[in-house]
Amino acid sequence: MPLTNQQPISSISLTTCDLVVGYSTPIVKGVNLTIQPGKMSILIGSNGCGKSTLLKCLARVLPPISGQVRLNGKPIHQQPAKQVAKMMALLPQGPIAPEGLSVKELVSQGRYPHQSFLKQWSKEDEQAVIQAMQQANIEALADRSISDLSGGQRQRCWIAMVLAQQTDIILLDEPTTYLDLKVQVDLLNLLQTLAHQHQRTLVVVLHELNLAATYADHLIMMKEGKVYVQGTPEQVFNAENIQAVFGLTAKVIRDPDSEALLCIPTTQRSAQVVS
Amino acid sequence: MSRAKWLSWSGIAVMLGLLLFAFIWHLSIGTKTIPINELISSFYAYNEDSFNHLIIQELRLPRALIAICVGACLAVSGALMQGVTRNPLADPGLLGMLTGAALAVVYWSTLVSSASLVWIPLVAAIGAFISAVIVWGIASRVAGGITPLSLILSGSAFTAFTGALLAIHHLLDQQTFEEMRTWLVGSLLASNLTTLYWCLPWIIIGLIVAIMLAPSVTALSMGEEVATGLGININRRKWQLLACVVILTSVSVALAGPLGFIGLVIPHVVRFWVGADYRWIIPYCILLGAAYLLFVDTLARWLIQPHEVATGLITILIGAPLFIWLVKVRVR
Repeated sequence: MPLTNQQPISSISLTTCDLVVGYSTPIVKGVNLTIQPGKMSILIGSNGCGKSTLLKCLARVLPPISGQVRLNGKPIHQQPAKQVAKMMALLPQGPIAPEGLSVKELVSQGRYPHQSFLKQWSKEDEQAVIQAMQQANIEALADRSISDLSGGQRQRCWIAMVLAQQTDIILLDEPTTYLDLKVQVDLLNLLQTLAHQHQRTLVVVLHELNLAATYADHLIMMKEGKVYVQGTPEQVFNAENIQAVFGLTAKVIRDPDSEALLCIPTTQRSAQVVS
Repeated sequence: MSRAKWLSWSGIAVMLGLLLFAFIWHLSIGTKTIPINELISSFYAYNEDSFNHLIIQELRLPRALIAICVGACLAVSGALMQGVTRNPLADPGLLGMLTGAALAVVYWSTLVSSASLVWIPLVAAIGAFISAVIVWGIASRVAGGITPLSLILSGSAFTAFTGALLAIHHLLDQQTFEEMRTWLVGSLLASNLTTLYWCLPWIIIGLIVAIMLAPSVTALSMGEEVATGLGININRRKWQLLACVVILTSVSVALAGPLGFIGLVIPHVVRFWVGADYRWIIPYCILLGAAYLLFVDTLARWLIQPHEVATGLITILIGAPLFIWLVKVRVR
């Protein structure tokens, strides 16, 4: 069996239709969204805008109050859980591994949807796990205990677990929170590689605006439970939208080397200088 | 992984050896110590006239078999509860299921004078289930929902309450002291093979279901969101696991009363050895739980012979220090 080039090809569609989600009151209020296959879509918005709630509903953690999430045209909450898990993986925010689990054991959990009581560990599973650990660059840690690792290494292990699931779609809820900037950039580079070289469809909730603008193929800005604006960073990442979505006065400049867009908040001091 | 796997498999062999050793020890030790050659010959050349053969086959063997079953069931139900609730302190006892089941059995035997043994496992199951629902219900109504803390608090309160009811019943009904002792602290003294026959199908079903669901318990122990992402229907799986825990706990109570600490301590000892994957934890719990209760029951019969200490007291006397040691080692 060839080790590489066994990546799934995105022919898959994930859409939402008038989606309303929440706990006792709606937090996501009528979202119509089409996730672009083979691209990295990043959700941003201020705290409490519903971006994580939306992701949780896409991932079936929360049921919709009304409306639908459709995977390949069919309502996702009515499809068999295990079948969906072969097409779509989730990395929730701040997952905690049980004490004493080794890195390889954690990554192996990603094979759960591909196994059954009669079909236990197969060669295919072993290969998927090894490949996932290579992609996340954690092979050297295979036999270490998760609890002994640094935050960045741990997050790589969780990403490897999700990769071992070999799904077309991967949802990630704030995968870089509480990590050093360098580690955040490494992780986002890894995710970008997955989308651009392996045709995975990624949906990521991010807090860090500049990283979102740098890495997103498709940027979705949410405000008060609705999609305020979406498009490429070039189209939507500008001072007016940032003011409207975050209530933040800032200017957006372009890094001359990388051409990436950067948002610089206007402080009181710089405001005085301008005036 | 290959090395860890090798270790895990060899551990199974060690556990089997330990279980066999405890089994032989249990059969030969007692008020009358029986030499091992006679012990073995009682199996393949049973002699009705031999007093020793009679002791082994009629008295000790049933008791040993029951100890094996009860130890395995309690250890597995403790492990399942700890995994699903992500609470290292979860155990059928702390969540009120043991005393709840015992109380149900005691009231049943009082109300229905000619209580048939057939119904005792069922009555214990109903008691355990109602207790679990009550404790779960109280915990979920606490502000903040079901957390390890709220479960432990409501479980402790419920256990204390049902324990007091058991004690009151015990005081009012002096005559049946021996019988009642089983239902107060747990003992294998009053156990008999007929109850075991009625419980055995449930034990087998419960343990097989536990082994089959073990992979999803590992996933659940990583949190509900991760488990959902891996394709587990959380609500359905939780009910299945609760049913499994109720079955395993109630057959244990039907056979030996509320034996404490086995469900709490054994899974922790096992984790110390095989880590956090329930594919390994469950089989290990079956073997070690069985060996542990055999060992403890032997001590119970041996310590102050010709009298006998209630087995339920010894499980706690040994289990509590063992647990404190585990806490110290892990917190380090």
